[in-house]
Amino acid sequence: MWNMKQLEYGALARRANQIKDELRQGVRRPYKEVIDVFQGDLHRAGMKPLTFVRQVLAACVYPPLINSSNLPLDVRQRAQEELGRCVGGSGYYNQTSQIKLYCQFCNVQDIHSTEMPFRPLLNREASPRTGVLIPVPCHNKTVLSITQLGAVAVPYYLSEEQGWALQVEELQRALESAKGVCNPVALYVINPGNPAGYVQSQKSVLEVIRFAWEKRLFLLVDELYQDRVYGENCEFVSYKRAVSEMGPPFSGTVELASFHSVSKGFSGEYVCGLRAGYVELVNLDPAVMKYIHTLFSKDACSPVLGQIALDLMTDPPKPGDPSYLLYKQVGPENCTLVYVKKVHEVVNSLPGFSCPPIEGGLFAFPRLHLTPKAIQKAKELGLQPDTFYCTRLLEEGGVFTGPGWEYGQKEGTYHIRYNTSRALFKELLRRLSSFHMTFMKDFS
Amino acid sequence: MSQQAVNGVSHRGRVLTLDSMNPNVKRVEYAVRGPIVQRAVQIEKELKEGAKKPFTEVIKANIGDAHAMGQKPITFFRQVLALCSYPALLEDSKFPEDAKQRARRILEACGGHSIGAYSASQGIECIRQDVARYIEKRDGGIPSNPDNIYLSTGASDAIVTILKLLVCGEGRDRTGVMISIPQYPLYSAALADLGAVQINYYLDEDNCWSLNITELRRALSAAREHCNPRVLCIINPGNPTGQVQSRQCIEDVIRFAKEEHLFLMADEVYQDNVYAEGCQFHSFKKVLFEMGPEYSNTVEMASFHSTSKCYMGECGFRGGYMEVINLDPEVKAQLIKLVSVRLCPPVPGQALLDLVVNPPQPDEPSYATFMKERTAVLSALAEKARLTEQIFNTVPGITCNPVQGAMYTFPRITLPQKAIDKAKELGLVPDMFYCMRLLDEEGICLVPGSGFGQREGTYHFRMTILPPTEKLKVVLQKIREFQLHFTQEFS
Repeated sequence: MWNMKQLEYGALARRANQIKDELRQGVRRPYKEVIDVFQGDLHRAGMKPLTFVRQVLAACVYPPLINSSNLPLDVRQRAQEELGRCVGGSGYYNQTSQIKLYCQFCNVQDIHSTEMPFRPLLNREASPRTGVLIPVPCHNKTVLSITQLGAVAVPYYLSEEQGWALQVEELQRALESAKGVCNPVALYVINPGNPAGYVQSQKSVLEVIRFAWEKRLFLLVDELYQDRVYGENCEFVSYKRAVSEMGPPFSGTVELASFHSVSKGFSGEYVCGLRAGYVELVNLDPAVMKYIHTLFSKDACSPVLGQIALDLMTDPPKPGDPSYLLYKQVGPENCTLVYVKKVHEVVNSLPGFSCPPIEGGLFAFPRLHLTPKAIQKAKELGLQPDTFYCTRLLEEGGVFTGPGWEYGQKEGTYHIRYNTSRALFKELLRRLSSFHMTFMKDFS
Repeated sequence: MSQQAVNGVSHRGRVLTLDSMNPNVKRVEYAVRGPIVQRAVQIEKELKEGAKKPFTEVIKANIGDAHAMGQKPITFFRQVLALCSYPALLEDSKFPEDAKQRARRILEACGGHSIGAYSASQGIECIRQDVARYIEKRDGGIPSNPDNIYLSTGASDAIVTILKLLVCGEGRDRTGVMISIPQYPLYSAALADLGAVQINYYLDEDNCWSLNITELRRALSAAREHCNPRVLCIINPGNPTGQVQSRQCIEDVIRFAKEEHLFLMADEVYQDNVYAEGCQFHSFKKVLFEMGPEYSNTVEMASFHSTSKCYMGECGFRGGYMEVINLDPEVKAQLIKLVSVRLCPPVPGQALLDLVVNPPQPDEPSYATFMKERTAVLSALAEKARLTEQIFNTVPGITCNPVQGAMYTFPRITLPQKAIDKAKELGLVPDMFYCMRLLDEEGICLVPGSGFGQREGTYHFRMTILPPTEKLKVVLQKIREFQLHFTQEFS
């Protein structure tokens, strides 16, 4: 189902770049520019960076700015503080885990690669092979990371009809399916979801923790979009907190690794290019922690600017600080997420599209109901039906989206994924609606 | 699943224990930040809390981190990076025009004109083009194709990526990777992590750590008994050994790689750090092409560079690249897929790399300051290299090869038998015992030679030559005193 080798990985991306080049060279197309809503990169989508964060970073990078009256006082003070923590002044290898956040009873390590969480768990030489339960749909990098490490990805299907809910019965079925194939050791959960925009309820989180505890699975929880929740009556519940609130025996025994990143919305700023994040490890064997530490140390450190950005974003300007007003103004995207609702409503109203409400995360993953004619045409061209749709959408509508097959989906269903950036949503809706109506007519 | 009740609370084994953990992880060691550094950090903590010791600070001469040792960053680079981080500064008249021009160009190439955006996985295209031009200039005009350039998160990232592509097979067919002894422990750690077979070839300590083809041959034929050797790694200038290989040597290595059908990995991160008279950096690519099409069309190679060393020392930015030569086009497609999993290298690091390969030119306003700073750093390093070799060679029990390049010295220490016995008693490798004592008594943190590999029965330590000259002199003096009295204690 995750057909990584079969079809050309990245073909759409290459075509999108080609078209962008052609447009730059003045080739005439039905649109003046390509709208790139494929990745979760809001800067690329036109979002403005947070001034405060960038000012501090600039002053850290070029310390003479600390004396510049052009920068607000709180910026200069913070830069000085951050530099004080860097032994050589931001050019140096930070002591791994020197910037400690939320330290309490957990261990915090900076991560900068999707693979790191899996490495200690996955034993390439094991027989039977190690397995990791992964949601369908899921972001495609995860599958690659796991298979690259010689392990088996065991799919569990989220229930689209129930708003992409995670059902324990389905987890059980997935576990059963692994019998004789591999030895599952971990359960990977994404909350809020990617690509599907669900936010797990407290009840669901507790069920999953209980399941993991019963079946002795290591919990790996991707919580990158925790700051991006907008569904009505939705609330982000961190697995770490839930585990601790469950009390013994869970709180002392459930092994958990949860991840966050500056790329995906920390108090609204998204700085994908800085490459920083962190993982919190709960209830890990202290003997194993020693080795995890070594693994991190040989990768030198995660980029220092990213670490500084991370630190700034967990401790933003407060009321009374010179930078506070501007910070709040430009601030978090999720201030007014009315537009996400609009995106959902409009797309859902198009015949041939259906989509559960988008509760959180950065993407929408609506279902495409393609006609047999369209599916047939796709087959003729040797393309997956949703890739065919996305290709036409790119060529004719100038919108770059991701085809559902790349993320996994139930056989016979099709989806597309696009990010719900505020900067582009109006144009996205206009072009998508127009293209879609034409497409459905062509293949009716 | 057994559950034992302990104090009435049921106790059950963890999912992730040393036994169930990926066994490769257990084999990973990285001495540069290993137990001795942990002890150093502990001592620093104690000093901070007011503990009395024979020294007031711990000198961390274990890691090649220039800025941490007081080296100043290059002003021009930091100006451009500040402009990229906070583009409003482009209106600030205090920044020179050449810095602004480069910042604008970099921002133009970034998604949304922001260094906060992801870049293409292979790295920002115009930067790859600049890197290619830099390589062409460095190598006397030999063409470099930007498509063969992959930007990375420091050189380490690229090195591990290539190894991932190369390592395969089971049992006797498992990939063997040749690496010099002594070596930089990223290699041994990566090989352990990937479950590859490490094939050691010994550098010749008696001849300035030179590389002998006969030794390569010996190592290779021994290895063929139990694995499938496919890769030859070479670090030039060397780490920890500091030797700069001669052009002849590089030719011989290339010839050997071709004869034995080995993929060459050339770690050239110290290419600007060459000090000894008569020594010169020759890039593997240049030599390869000068050997003619028989070689340049066939030998598969990857060479690596980084922004962490040379005269910049910008370790924390994590900038680097690799150039691949003669890679199978289908493999290149897989390589692109592989690097796309980690999305992209840090954009500030890419920007920094662009400046390194595209520094101020003679007709630009920042040129004079830039050259002054660059020269100051490199000449200080050269002086410290000379000083280190000179002083160490006056200490009985320490012999030191010339530090021809890179940033380290790897002197050999003669340990009295009693010291070796004491070490064994304590369950320590002898040079670890020596270094721990040095740390406890003088507050100097070095890395024992065992962390890098050495011939059986020999002991070494690696020390960086990065502390400022005056401090370095003190360090050398203290080591000399320590060596003398350590020898006496165990005589």
